[in-house]
Amino acid sequence: MAVELRSEIFDVGAELRRYQDAVLRARGKYGATVTFIGTMRDFNEGDAVQGMTLEYYPGMTEKHLHAISDEARRRWDVLDTLIIHRVGKILPDEPIVLVAVWSAHRAAAFDACRYLIEELKTRAPFWKQERLPDGMRWVEHNTPP
Amino acid sequence: MSITVKFFASLRERVGHSEAVVDAAGPLTARDIWARVAGTQPMPPNTLVAVNLEYTAVDRPVRDGDEVAFFPPVTGG
Repeated sequence: MAVELRSEIFDVGAELRRYQDAVLRARGKYGATVTFIGTMRDFNEGDAVQGMTLEYYPGMTEKHLHAISDEARRRWDVLDTLIIHRVGKILPDEPIVLVAVWSAHRAAAFDACRYLIEELKTRAPFWKQERLPDGMRWVEHNTPP
Repeated sequence: MSITVKFFASLRERVGHSEAVVDAAGPLTARDIWARVAGTQPMPPNTLVAVNLEYTAVDRPVRDGDEVAFFPPVTGG
C-alpha cells in the first residue's frame, strides 16, 4: 500500500510495472488490477487552460491518502493499493493522479478504486490554480463524476 | 497558549500569509483563531478546518500546541 506525491511528470505504465514487480506482495494472488488515471484537460468552465499549479498540505495530504487506503482495505477484499498524485506545476495531457487497486477478483478492485478516487477528490487537501490566457484562477469546486 | 495557524490556496491569498502563531489565553475555538489572525476578513462559509491534520468543526476548542489550518473546498484528482 503506497502513497506518493510527485513534483515531476510520471509514466503511468512504468509506475505500474515498477510497483507490481518490486513492491506488490501479492505475486500469484491477484487476478484483477483496476486503475484510474486523472489527466489534465486544456479547458475548464468554458475557458482555455494553459497549465495549473497543484497546492497541497504537507503532512495532512499524505495522512488523508493513507487513511482512505486503509479504509478501502477494510471495506473490500483488496490485496494492495497505490496512489500517485502530482503537486506543483502541471501541463495539459499530463497525468495528475494514478489510483491502482489489486485484488483476487474484479468486483473488489473496481469498487475500491472508485471509492479511492471519489474520496480523494472530495476530501484530500489539494487545490488547483489554473493558468488562463489572462491570468491565474483558483478552481473553486471539482466537476461531478 | 500557543497555536500555529496555516492558510492554504485562495484563503492564503485572501488573508495575506500562509502561517502565523497565535499566543493567547484560552479557551478559544478555531473560529476565534481565524478572527485573531485574519482581522476583518470574514471567514467564507465553505471554509474547511483541520486541527492537527484532521478535519474538525470550526467551533471546536483548540489546545496549546495545536496546528489549526483553514482552507477552501478541495479540488485534487
